[in-house]
Amino acid sequence: MQSFPWLTVTGAVPLLGAALVVLLPRGLAARAKLVALAVSLVTLVLTIALAVRFDAGATEQFQLTETHQWIPQFGVSYAVGLDGIALVLVALAAVLTPVCILAAWHDVPEVGRREQNYFALVLVLETMMIGVFSATDVFLFYVFFEAMLIPVYFLIGSFGGPRRQYAAVKFLLYSLLGGLVMLVAVIALYVAGPGGPDGFLISNLTGLDLGVGAERLMFLGFFFAFAVKAPMFPVHTWLPDAAAEAPPPVAVLLVGVLDKVGTFGMIRFCLPLFPGAAKWATPAIIVLAVVSIIYGALLAIGQTDIMRLIAYTSVSHFGFIVLGIFAMTSTAQSGSTLYMVNHGFSTAALFLVAAMLAARRGSSRIPDFGGWQRVTPLIAGLFLIAGLSSLALPGLSTFVSEFLVLVGTFERYPVAGIVATLGIILAAIYILLAYQRMMTGPRPETREGTRDLTHREAWVLAPVVAIIIALGIVPGPVLDVINPAVDRTMTQIGMTDPAPRAGVPAAEGTDK
Amino acid sequence: MTSSMALAEPGAMATQASSGVFSLTWLLIALPLLGAVVLLLSGRRSNRAGHLVGAAMSWAAFVVAAILFFALLAEPAQERAVSQQLFSWIAAGSFTVDLGLLLDPLSLSFVLLVTFVGSLIHVYSIAYMEHDPDRRRFFAYLNLFVAAMLLLVLADSYLLMYVGWEGVGLASYLLIGFWNHNPAYAAASKKAFIANRVGDLGLSVAIMIMFVQFGAVDFETVFAGASGASTGAVTAIALMLLLGACGKSAQFPLQSWLGDAMAGPTPVSALIHAATMVTAGVYLVVRSHPIFDLAPDAQLVVVIVGAITLVFGAVVGCAKDDIKKALAASTMSQIGYMMLAAGLGPVGYVFAIFHLLTHGFFKAGMFLGAGSVMHGMNDQVGMRRFGGLSAVMKVTWVTFGLGWLAIIGFPLLSGFWSKDKIIEAAFIGEGWRPWVFGMVTLLAAGLTAFYMSRLFLLTFHGKRRWTEDVHPHESPLLMTLPMMVLAVGSAFLGLALGPTGAIESWLAPVVGEHGEEHPVLPVPVITGLTLVLVAIGVGLAYVRYVREQVPQTAPVGSLATRAARRDLFQDDINEALLMRPGQHATRSLVFVDNEGVDGGVRGLAAFIGGTSARLRRLQTGFVRSYALTMLGGVVVVIAALAVTR
Repeated sequence: MQSFPWLTVTGAVPLLGAALVVLLPRGLAARAKLVALAVSLVTLVLTIALAVRFDAGATEQFQLTETHQWIPQFGVSYAVGLDGIALVLVALAAVLTPVCILAAWHDVPEVGRREQNYFALVLVLETMMIGVFSATDVFLFYVFFEAMLIPVYFLIGSFGGPRRQYAAVKFLLYSLLGGLVMLVAVIALYVAGPGGPDGFLISNLTGLDLGVGAERLMFLGFFFAFAVKAPMFPVHTWLPDAAAEAPPPVAVLLVGVLDKVGTFGMIRFCLPLFPGAAKWATPAIIVLAVVSIIYGALLAIGQTDIMRLIAYTSVSHFGFIVLGIFAMTSTAQSGSTLYMVNHGFSTAALFLVAAMLAARRGSSRIPDFGGWQRVTPLIAGLFLIAGLSSLALPGLSTFVSEFLVLVGTFERYPVAGIVATLGIILAAIYILLAYQRMMTGPRPETREGTRDLTHREAWVLAPVVAIIIALGIVPGPVLDVINPAVDRTMTQIGMTDPAPRAGVPAAEGTDK
Repeated sequence: MTSSMALAEPGAMATQASSGVFSLTWLLIALPLLGAVVLLLSGRRSNRAGHLVGAAMSWAAFVVAAILFFALLAEPAQERAVSQQLFSWIAAGSFTVDLGLLLDPLSLSFVLLVTFVGSLIHVYSIAYMEHDPDRRRFFAYLNLFVAAMLLLVLADSYLLMYVGWEGVGLASYLLIGFWNHNPAYAAASKKAFIANRVGDLGLSVAIMIMFVQFGAVDFETVFAGASGASTGAVTAIALMLLLGACGKSAQFPLQSWLGDAMAGPTPVSALIHAATMVTAGVYLVVRSHPIFDLAPDAQLVVVIVGAITLVFGAVVGCAKDDIKKALAASTMSQIGYMMLAAGLGPVGYVFAIFHLLTHGFFKAGMFLGAGSVMHGMNDQVGMRRFGGLSAVMKVTWVTFGLGWLAIIGFPLLSGFWSKDKIIEAAFIGEGWRPWVFGMVTLLAAGLTAFYMSRLFLLTFHGKRRWTEDVHPHESPLLMTLPMMVLAVGSAFLGLALGPTGAIESWLAPVVGEHGEEHPVLPVPVITGLTLVLVAIGVGLAYVRYVREQVPQTAPVGSLATRAARRDLFQDDINEALLMRPGQHATRSLVFVDNEGVDGGVRGLAAFIGGTSARLRRLQTGFVRSYALTMLGGVVVVIAALAVTR
């Protein structure tokens, strides 16, 4: 416990900022996006302060904790805190929000109420994202998990593309369905737990003896919601519509950060709360994850819309993340957590560059492009870098995480590891095919005068690309934060890494 | 064979930590990388001086390499391995990899080849790319390639090597597609990358098995532990490494990308697709010799792959009329020689690397010569419209001629020393193998002589079959100078390293020495047979392409010729087996996903939508009714729990 509520303040700043943006007097309405950007930057600074105060070597599970009774009658507390996994995801949200606000600069053409609402909703979303990763009370997590839908629903439904209503409703229905199933499990878990005024705290719900059948049902309740959110095959079909219709910066936050709540939930709730059921379900989930990897990649190859293509690559990438989580080795789980971070930046880069191209061409259909390396060479180059990070080129951040997932999976499930590795070939195909169709070929005659990268766009992409490269060369600082949290999860589920089979004389004879 | 040194156990070499001059090792990679970054980031501002910066960075890396070479030479033979640990790269769970470099005779041989030949090609490119508006970007990519290639050979772990491995793949992709406004060139670059990724799958899986077996993926741990692993595991690792090698080195069955890769500017073909990158597979096998030595079955597969590719490339080379594609087929075939040698085990490792070095010189020289010819012939590549160029391009003719004599194994020139050693080594062994593999290498020597003579004679001799608009002329000094240097290497490198025993004693600390073993045929007989076959090959080519009339358009040809022209149907087979079924599967899946998976869920959504419309009446807005509902829900859940428990 500490005196100053760092985490609450960090989470509340965007919410207060949102109110400020909405309430700006008419005379200052033109400044709305500047205010929004400033608020998100303040949040980023506060998040950096959080990271500085975070001690990777600490012994307790959560740091920067705050606990207050909220609805004691139902055992609900306002309890927040961070472990390494949550910290890196909060940081991901805090970095991507200002990037997205800057990218959204001209999303709403006219100054005024509508623009204020747009940026306010993005800031509300940031609060929800910080909250959902920080909650250490299961019910509080659930509240954020559901409340998050509201800003996204309006962002897609009011500011999206031509089929925005359809996409927004589809997104909402999928998420609500998942959420309802989870709510049942949440209540069941509380009932099965010790109860009392703080009966929803994660710490009070870990290590319960739930009985085999109940544990499995509850696990499935949580897992279903997370699988929808992640999204996994076969409940992924809301994502391409939502990602294609959402304004691109919203798509970035949706796929880059929000969907991580699914995989975050698996590692935070499904494994420690229901270890027995998790092990019971592992074979089926491994299969689903591998299917997601291959299926998402094949679907991506077949897409004719660049936004939908990126969405399907994410289905494939989320397959990798889930695979790593359920491979039940510390290598794979660290890899998955790092993957969540890296995928956020890599997808952000792809969506944002694609949006820049679509804005110039007036279409996001791949066949409408061709030869654009000669039209906008800088944007084409950035598209290639983003694509290379999506196909996990060694040297870029995504390679480290993807390889950790693969090698960690291979340790326990060699066949799944090898089949998943096929994904690296398919990834090369979907990225390079798109690059070939959009960027190569003769210069299109009609595109004279198309502007290449503007200064604002350069500022949008520079931090993302810099992080993609830096984390590829020096992933250490992030891994150092993640590893202790993953080790704790491994302990909670009672799993240890397999020892090397052969060759290392020192390891032989030890029965670790 | 030299026996002045004690018989060394491979891998038993003491590795020392870098200090003094060896702490410069990282600069080898950093200098060209810096060049690439500066050239890419500075944009148009550096257009005027970009090529000079690029060339300077490459030469600077060569200077560092030369310093390191002499420093390493000054060390006692058994201590010629220096490791430089930079920092901890990845540490997650039980998986840790450090960023470490290993400088030993094997890696340094590559470093010298890459920086020296690479720098010469940088110089050549200054003139060759002079009129290209994107020359700066070209030099940025060349620098990037050099950096990645040096990382590949200097890495001290398989994972870090993998970074360089895919890095050169990226550079190759960028450079093959450098003129990707031509759709065919864009397709060629993508094809190269994807074929390489298939190989990389093998390398990835190999690394995973290593980690499972040995708990680490650095060379030292893996090689030390290899003898403790089961034969099955070691064989699996070796075969997966071989798959990686096949992708990068265009070996059967992943050879199909190399011919198309000639879409890149010719200096690229010389550097990446002849002298350096494509030989990385040979490096991988030789570097991993402690693993291959324990997996005789895998070694046999290596030899077979090498033999198939050796013949495959030679046959295709006999039929190609495009000068660059003929050279590419030849490269494939020559790497087949190296691969075969590497698969022979200790008797072959040194000669695989030896041939790799001499080949790097003469093949790069010939590619630069081809570029010079194209420069003078309006970028034409069809040899049927060349002929008689010896009179107008004297320097190109002489330098190319030396390369030609070197590759066919003309006595005393480089190829004579390196290739004949491989043929001799192929004849060593027991049972059927030496006879089969020896004969294949012998036969291929004759084929090599034929197709290379065909290429040389069609281009430089015989009647002038030029199109009307060409005015061939010699290339500028910036281009001819590198050709001259490489020609000197083609002539004398073999003589300097082979008969003196220098290459064997230099590499012995890494790959070990082998005992005195005798081929199943006496060496003079093998040499004599080789020379006879070479003479026949040259003679046949002379009769067909100088004495007889060469048609300006290719005649239909026999079935065999047509098959060879189509690269023995490699693309047709890949298309029928992989591409078309793949495209079909993808299209069907898109349909299924839209109609089936999504449709099913849409139906569900409609159901829920309908239900919720009915439920909407329950939304009264009264907290007490909500509370009642929640209570009801809780009761249901408790009941369910009670039942299932």
